[in-house]
Amino acid sequence: MFVLVTTVFFLMRSTGDPITAALGGRLPAAELAERVREAGYDRPLLVQYAEYLGDLVRLDFGTTLSDRRPVLEVLTTFGAATLELAFYALIVAFVVGVPLGRFAAYARDRWPDAVLRVFAIFCYATPVFFAGMLLKLVFASGLGWLPVAGRASTRSEILIQTSVENPTNIYLVDAVRTGNGEVISDVLQHAVLPAIALGLLTAGVFLRLVRTNVIGTLGMGYVEAARSRGVSERRLLRKHAYRPALIPIVTVMGLQIALLLSGAVLTETTFEWKGLGFQLVQYLQARDFVAVQGMVVLLAVIVAVTNFVVDVIAALIDPRVRY
Amino acid sequence: MATSLTGSGTTPGTAPARRRRGLPLVRQLRQSVGLQRGMLVAGLVLTAVFLVTALLADVLAPYGFAQLRDAGGAFGAQQPPSGDHPLGTTVGGYDVLSRVVHGTRTALLVIIVAVVLSIFAGVLLGLVSGYFGGWVDRVLVVVCDAIYAFPPLLLAIVVAIVISGGESSLWGGIMAAAISITVIYIPQYFRVVRAEVVRIKAEAYVESAKVIGASNWRIMSRHVLRNATRTLPLILTLNASEAILTLAGLGFLGFGIEQSAAAEWGFDLNRALSDVTSGIWWTSVFPGLAIVLVVLGLTLVGESLNDLADPRLRSRRAAEAGETGEVTVVPGGPLGAGPGGLAGIEEVR
Repeated sequence: MFVLVTTVFFLMRSTGDPITAALGGRLPAAELAERVREAGYDRPLLVQYAEYLGDLVRLDFGTTLSDRRPVLEVLTTFGAATLELAFYALIVAFVVGVPLGRFAAYARDRWPDAVLRVFAIFCYATPVFFAGMLLKLVFASGLGWLPVAGRASTRSEILIQTSVENPTNIYLVDAVRTGNGEVISDVLQHAVLPAIALGLLTAGVFLRLVRTNVIGTLGMGYVEAARSRGVSERRLLRKHAYRPALIPIVTVMGLQIALLLSGAVLTETTFEWKGLGFQLVQYLQARDFVAVQGMVVLLAVIVAVTNFVVDVIAALIDPRVRY
Repeated sequence: MATSLTGSGTTPGTAPARRRRGLPLVRQLRQSVGLQRGMLVAGLVLTAVFLVTALLADVLAPYGFAQLRDAGGAFGAQQPPSGDHPLGTTVGGYDVLSRVVHGTRTALLVIIVAVVLSIFAGVLLGLVSGYFGGWVDRVLVVVCDAIYAFPPLLLAIVVAIVISGGESSLWGGIMAAAISITVIYIPQYFRVVRAEVVRIKAEAYVESAKVIGASNWRIMSRHVLRNATRTLPLILTLNASEAILTLAGLGFLGFGIEQSAAAEWGFDLNRALSDVTSGIWWTSVFPGLAIVLVVLGLTLVGESLNDLADPRLRSRRAAEAGETGEVTVVPGGPLGAGPGGLAGIEEVR
């Protein structure tokens, strides 16, 4: 993580100081130099780096250049939105991927298995934004069943903002707190398409993983032993092969988080879901490197923490794993 | 294609002559049965179509990728598919078919540059790291793990901005995309090669080469490298497909190659985003399909090779059909590169 923070800092700064990058050409040269000096970007890079690390330890991410908001505030507001999306996507992935994977292993080498495997590869081969666009095309602008973009309709957003104190910015939670059924269903409807677009990507991975692992465990000695005791194939699959096959999923989940975050950036842009990814792209286009740096650091922290948690869970589930 | 994918295993005419047995892919093709053969063949066909299209783009496309008008006047924006424009025109007034066809060339260029760079760097680092060990090894492993755990697309964006400053000419854009993809994939090559090198280092023939007094450099290039790179073709196919997805993602977010400089599917999709809302489908569906088909083709090839390399996964029918012979097509054991290559590579560690 420390490596990443350092790398990102120097990569970002290798293009010049943030203020010139963001405002260069828009301000007269003298004024620009003034602003650069004020912000301390004319000092040696190593001094700035040391100061930056010091600020980080105190959880001070600085202030964005383009709209002058504290980066920490941006992170918590939009981070919640991304968290919500990722959560929905994981639900979709589990609900779709795990049972189908198990079924594919059960139907090994017969046609349902073939169909499911091709489906899984399709899930992986389709970029989330294209899947998202297709979903929008069919269900939003074509059939008109679901909203096209955004996290909620304007009406619900205003309702949430006016009636909820200290909003968590996780819209589902906020909507429930308004106690208004219409707002809840409106928020849920907006979440359906993005969740499917992002969830299917991970669902394909889960499907294949479960299939491979169940097939693997079916060949294990203890399953063989149970089979020779006369346990039915169906029971073998359910009781003996399925559970142990789920353990690797927990480990892969950790790796999936990084992919899920990448996918979230694309999904959020497709659906104008105002989360971290959507905002990150905005700041990148504005060359607001202070904001970008803060976001990247936060993402690095998320990835590091989830990997740690995943390791711990894996150790809890499987006593053989010890660190 | 659908029939060959759900394949009944009757793929006629693909059985190679006996004398070609030694060729790569041909042996795997012979070894495969049923569904797996269907998937491998479908993947190879898709990949071949992709390569041919990329090479013959100028011949196949009716117009240039940045052409806005011909003798009959301007194309007009957002025209639905018609005789003149079989796949319609985009919001910018380009011919969709031409852009899709020319897009194969951009994708191929990026893949080639990215794969060559990451193999070169990844293999070299993995070799040095695995062979010499010590603190260099530890530092490299930590750095690679850090890069590896990070959301790949974000890394690509950051690198793309550093390299091109956001503006993109043809080669500027291609190099930016390729180098960002390289940075992401070096850790994968690094890990696989390093793991192999560590294993090979303990082999008797390395020991004997040392006894004879061969130099480190000679042992590394002669004895270790040649034996350590045999799993690379598998990762290569899988990474090529991921490279396309990363390129498209970059383009979609607007960090790709400008429309006037080259045709790039992701960027076209970005421009088509607002069309989708108003129900215009041809500007987004075709470039998107192109991405899906190319990635599908490459993934199918990589997947099939991987499955064939893993005796656990090889179709049971293969054994029943009496296809004994080699236990794994990848010497040195199955690679186990899973979906997206990530899960599997993790196991190699």
